[in-house]
Amino acid sequence: MANKIPRVPVREQDPKVRAANFEEVCYGYNEEEAVLEASRCLHCKNPRCVASCPVSVKIPEFIAAVAAGDFMAAASVIAEDSSLPAVCGRVCPQETQCEGSCILGVKAEPVAIGKLERFVADWSRAHGTKKVEKAPANGHKVAVVGSGPAGLACAYDLAKWGYDVTVFEALHKPGGVLEYGIPEFRLPKERVVAAEIADVKAMGVRIETNVVVGRTVTIDSLFDKEGFSAVFIGSGAGLPRFMNIPGENLNGVFSANEFLTRNNLMDAYRDDYLTPVMHAKKVVVVGGGNVAMDAARTALRLGGDVTVVYRRTEVELPARREEVHHAKEEGVKFMMLSNPVEIIGDEKGWVSGIRCIRMELGEPDESGRRSPVPVPGSEFGIEADSVIMALGTSPNPLIARTTAGLETNRRGCLVADGDGVTTRPGVFAGGDAVTGAATVILAMGAGRKAAAAIDRYIKGLE
Amino acid sequence: MLSPAICRMKVLAPRVASSARPGQFLIVRVNERGERIPLTISDFDAEEGSVTIVTQKIGASTKEICALEEGEGFEDVVGPLGLPSDFTEKSDEELKESRYIFIAGGVGTAPVYPQVKYLKAHGAYVDVIIGAKTSDLIIYREEMSAVCDHLYICTDDGSEGFKGMVTGLLEKVVAEDGNKYTQAVAIGPMIMMKFATLSAKKLGLPIVVSLNTLMVDGTGMCGACRVTVAGKTRFACVEGPEFDGYDVDFDEAMRRQGMYRKEEIEEDHKCKIR
Repeated sequence: MANKIPRVPVREQDPKVRAANFEEVCYGYNEEEAVLEASRCLHCKNPRCVASCPVSVKIPEFIAAVAAGDFMAAASVIAEDSSLPAVCGRVCPQETQCEGSCILGVKAEPVAIGKLERFVADWSRAHGTKKVEKAPANGHKVAVVGSGPAGLACAYDLAKWGYDVTVFEALHKPGGVLEYGIPEFRLPKERVVAAEIADVKAMGVRIETNVVVGRTVTIDSLFDKEGFSAVFIGSGAGLPRFMNIPGENLNGVFSANEFLTRNNLMDAYRDDYLTPVMHAKKVVVVGGGNVAMDAARTALRLGGDVTVVYRRTEVELPARREEVHHAKEEGVKFMMLSNPVEIIGDEKGWVSGIRCIRMELGEPDESGRRSPVPVPGSEFGIEADSVIMALGTSPNPLIARTTAGLETNRRGCLVADGDGVTTRPGVFAGGDAVTGAATVILAMGAGRKAAAAIDRYIKGLE
Repeated sequence: MLSPAICRMKVLAPRVASSARPGQFLIVRVNERGERIPLTISDFDAEEGSVTIVTQKIGASTKEICALEEGEGFEDVVGPLGLPSDFTEKSDEELKESRYIFIAGGVGTAPVYPQVKYLKAHGAYVDVIIGAKTSDLIIYREEMSAVCDHLYICTDDGSEGFKGMVTGLLEKVVAEDGNKYTQAVAIGPMIMMKFATLSAKKLGLPIVVSLNTLMVDGTGMCGACRVTVAGKTRFACVEGPEFDGYDVDFDEAMRRQGMYRKEEIEEDHKCKIR
């Protein structure tokens, strides 16, 4: 029986070795491993995996092609629904999506859908590009703000349907969080991110870097002066949160965004790049999400002894399970049920330690997670020369503030319906800019839905 | 070259030029390996599509900027970033009633220029104090005197104008002419802005300062630029760069500016070896 085969393990770099380099941790499947793993799929009549994929990749169909050894066909199946498979195969939280609902997972291990997707994407990259049909040009111009997952997915679909699409990116490289946020050891920049962006460009999408919408141009000037018929805003959630505790502006305290941007976008970890980054000896990372894991593992690779401080327990860690596992293997320490109350500085204003308080789990909050409550009188100190705050991010208010008629909610997120329709006609939005910080795949899904809504909107104008 | 260590260049950037307002800044990258360097806009010409920037050689990256020859370009130019100066929101009637005194220190003189030009064009009265270590380091002497009402110069060594600091000259000018100013603006090294603010406070003069903090993206993403203003953490890149001088914690700002000094010295040293 197919489901008697155990899940095929994936080869990875030795934890001791990789803790000192920025090479990709996971090597991925080879052809034999992929075919064997693909043979485990039961091909359910009613595939729950597809239903729990935000972009509804036809998972059993592509897996059947892998099992048959027709990898190019598998790539074509995925390409119908996803423009960034090599990215998603690496960074999606599969355990709460496709793999989390795989029927095999009830009694044993689910099919390694993420690793198979990654294999197919990497294989098709290495063996020539898959052909995707493109409609003839229809003469309509659409602007996309932000070149992260939401913007790229939206731009890709629109270009495929014949629209003239320009993506505006504020930074000097396209990719958004794929470029500045997720580290090289988890998502290789040249081999994966740049290559997937090249596919989007090959579809005819133009990407203009160094354009800050709300400053260099405005949404209004895109309509009035540059002739765009519709605008999609996929500007993400880039503003870092801090705790507002004493000592947070000491030297050596960074937002995870700053620390990761210096390393990822600006290649500070490389000797031949000029951007400086602090190589701290004892680092405390505050937070428990993927960004906290990325910051912790980056600090570790720069030579630090790293402790993650998180106010709930391991069960509640919002990070992908694989990232937590990898971080532990590499030597990152975890201090659960602890919350910082103050950062301590030396006489020169540099971080020398952090004071925390013990927490215990109380009643469940609105998110369903049991909310942590401080234990009175349980304060304790940890020595540190750097503290990295990974507490989540909020959308940048720049566009909402400079665009009349574009509403935001209490949390600063753009107000948009399920199709990305905002309160301003012709302006659509999706991804973290609407939901607050979430995942790559949800942003892509939102970008695709908005692309369809833009198509309907522009056809309705004719 | 404005002086051996300070260079001025015009950059063709039509979109930036047509959106730029006084008080805003740019971020440039010289090449693929370069840092993102924030530079205040020293002039802009929407018709020509150009912006002017002035850089002082301090670290590895600013040396690379100054080494650019005419006709060469930056790898990246992005902007205009930050909020425009408050006075760009004021009506001409209001500005006609205003009397400004600018305190410009060293390379900070360059970004003062478009502000003075704007204010004069909208009817305000504007005096300018330029301070530098020595006469050779005074920049924008002619340009500034062409647009302001009175230009006062001071040098630390007395080689030109008043001998002493900008604060001394500010207090002297105000004492001699009576307290005629309604607003002071200081742009220059953090330490100068700190003391200019103390002097202005003594004179009962409101003062705006332009903070040249550390930055990476310049759009509010990294928080490297955070400063304490009136007891609250603010991001200089999106909520500034200009703040009410009375409210700024300059000591913290100066300490934060030196965060990467060790790494920068190493980087600069490496460049010399190459």
